Amino acid sequence: MAVSTETLEQVNSISGDGYKHGFVTDIEQESAPKGLNEDTIRFISAKKDEPEWMLEWRLKAYRYWLTMPEPEWAKVDFSPIDYQDAYYFSAPKSDAEKPKNLDEVDPKLLETYEKLGIPLREQEVLAGIAVDAVFDSVSVATTYKKKLEEVGVIFCSFSEAVQEHPELVKKYLGSVVPYADNKHACLNCAVFTDGSFVYIPKGVRCPMELSTYFRINAENTGQFERTLIIADEGSYVSYLEGCTAPQRDEHQLHAAVVELVALDDAEIKYSTVQNWYPGDEEGRGGIYNFVTKRGACRGNNSKIAWTQVETGSAITWKYPSCLLMGDNSVGEFYSVAITANRQQADTGTKMIHIGKNTRSTIISKGISAGRADQSYRGLVKVMASAEGARNFTQCDSLLIGDQCGAHTVPYIETSNPSARVEHEATTAKISEDQLFYCSQRGLSTEEAVSVIVNGFCKEVMKTLPMEFAVEAQKLIGISLEGSVG
Amino acid sequence: MSLIEICDLHATVDGKEILKGIDLTIDAGEVHAIMGPNGSGKSTLSYVLAGRDGYEVTSGQVLFDGQNLLEMAVDERARSGMFLAFQYPVEIPGVATTTFLKTAVNAVREHRGEGALDAMQFLKFVREKAGALNINDDMLRRALNVGFSGGEKKRNEVLQMAVLEPKFSVLDETDSGLDIDALKIVADGVNALRGAERSMLIITHYQRLLDHIVPDQVHILAGGKIIQSGDKMLALELEEKGYASFAGAEAA
Repeated sequence: MAVSTETLEQVNSISGDGYKHGFVTDIEQESAPKGLNEDTIRFISAKKDEPEWMLEWRLKAYRYWLTMPEPEWAKVDFSPIDYQDAYYFSAPKSDAEKPKNLDEVDPKLLETYEKLGIPLREQEVLAGIAVDAVFDSVSVATTYKKKLEEVGVIFCSFSEAVQEHPELVKKYLGSVVPYADNKHACLNCAVFTDGSFVYIPKGVRCPMELSTYFRINAENTGQFERTLIIADEGSYVSYLEGCTAPQRDEHQLHAAVVELVALDDAEIKYSTVQNWYPGDEEGRGGIYNFVTKRGACRGNNSKIAWTQVETGSAITWKYPSCLLMGDNSVGEFYSVAITANRQQADTGTKMIHIGKNTRSTIISKGISAGRADQSYRGLVKVMASAEGARNFTQCDSLLIGDQCGAHTVPYIETSNPSARVEHEATTAKISEDQLFYCSQRGLSTEEAVSVIVNGFCKEVMKTLPMEFAVEAQKLIGISLEGSVG
Repeated sequence: MSLIEICDLHATVDGKEILKGIDLTIDAGEVHAIMGPNGSGKSTLSYVLAGRDGYEVTSGQVLFDGQNLLEMAVDERARSGMFLAFQYPVEIPGVATTTFLKTAVNAVREHRGEGALDAMQFLKFVREKAGALNINDDMLRRALNVGFSGGEKKRNEVLQMAVLEPKFSVLDETDSGLDIDALKIVADGVNALRGAERSMLIITHYQRLLDHIVPDQVHILAGGKIIQSGDKMLALELEEKGYASFAGAEAA
């Protein structure tokens, strides 16, 4: 039931309020056709029933995107992305199409869930079992939401926020990562599907860790996820993104954008565990994880801490960063990046010191195995206004085997003589002696590598919220299976 | 049945033959000592028994509790009850001693069909054994061997022995680098682990350790072979006369 463009243009000019379904494709279809053009964007926006301003915002970004060159400066190798060879909106699966119970799920997937110690109920949710068959999860989510409502915390999908809290979204969206920032962020602005929206009111300490796990009905979230978290004065929130369970997705490019805003005396703790499909042993078919994450410490005495455990994806390209604008603001970045087989990673952070007496801490642990390659790329920038800025950076690399690579590319730019910036770096190999010692105490090779690597990553792991930390430790062991011997 | 039976064991390292036919039998409950000059093959013997890579057995066999030890992987040997107290224990940064020990103990317990100990149970268990070796909670929390003095490392090895309760332990120059007080503590710790079901092979240069850990038999290792065996008096004789006087027996 296609409508011709000409007819729509006529209607547009008559109705005056901007008929948003101005495109050729039939919106009764469940999925957008392959490829990317203005129609695709209108389709997405219409499907989500977005207000006009949201669609305009998307289109503005898309038009600018068309003018941007591909960034090529990272130390990662991949064949050029064909942006037309992808679907930008797929319909969620109907309950009828979903598996009814775990027996219908790929046994290899279940095996990994077991190794990670994921409880049965959670496995069902992860495997996409029809929600009404997972009673516990639904009731848990409901209780969860009630608690948050009691204290005024808003935690919903980004799409919902556009409908229910447009004033907040309009105020902060794009204020930390503007659409022109980089090509992948720009694409996200045009075609983002969904993500999280969090608002913590003044003086509220969010009573529980917010986790994406509780957005059970989240569909299409991996591809171009858009998240916005606002911590009002004196508030605190800890947010967990991702999960240790391996996730497959038919979309190869993941270009998420996460914006955090912390006002006076507020604190945001953002933890990520990423285990997207890394591709086969030759690196074929894995996910490209090109993410832009940035936090603005706008208020005085505000604090933003990023912790990430990146074990998946064929290519990881991301720099969770902090803009330390408020006086006495604090930015922290803790990272464990594991690359094995043919994975590649170019990751790090940017700490921009702007206000007075700002502090930043960077602890990066990179583990490379197989024929993988990874780089830590960091920027510590102290602006002229940043009186008394302090930074401590520690990057440690651990190499397993003799065919992998680990690189460190630190940038330090200071324009204020009172700044103190410290940088330490170490590179090591897992020694035969350590492995032999562990084996002689009865540990299998796998257990030995896991123990040694977890020890290496300890400083970062202890910044993770408890529930994540236990799973993440197991994940680290599993990611390196078969790397030694 | 003997716990350990070594028959005509030959081993090479980097293409050079170090062990040239070792015959040794140790019964359950016995403590044997091996003494010998540098380069005689003492450490090689301990690594071959533990199963270290790079140490190639060219002929001979070793039976451990009736099983073919040489066919077992390093960790399998360990879980079956074989322990090597290293001469130079390695450091493992970021891994607390208790964490490491708990993983090892539970691996052995699983092999024996016993349930794993949880954190609380394990802590109680390890504290009992640690107290006797003058190892306090603080040391238990530190990363394994990181920044430990020589004496602390050796005491830690004995703690691991106490906690893993192996059937057969090889102590590779456990006395090296120890002062008199530390030596006494380590020796007491080792003696406390002697039992009818357990055996030990003590490798040492000096007779002094054997004053504290009295052996049932002493063997002199030279040129990759055991050239003489005897009771504890042999160690005293060796100390008095030196290795050279026994070298003549090598030809035999």
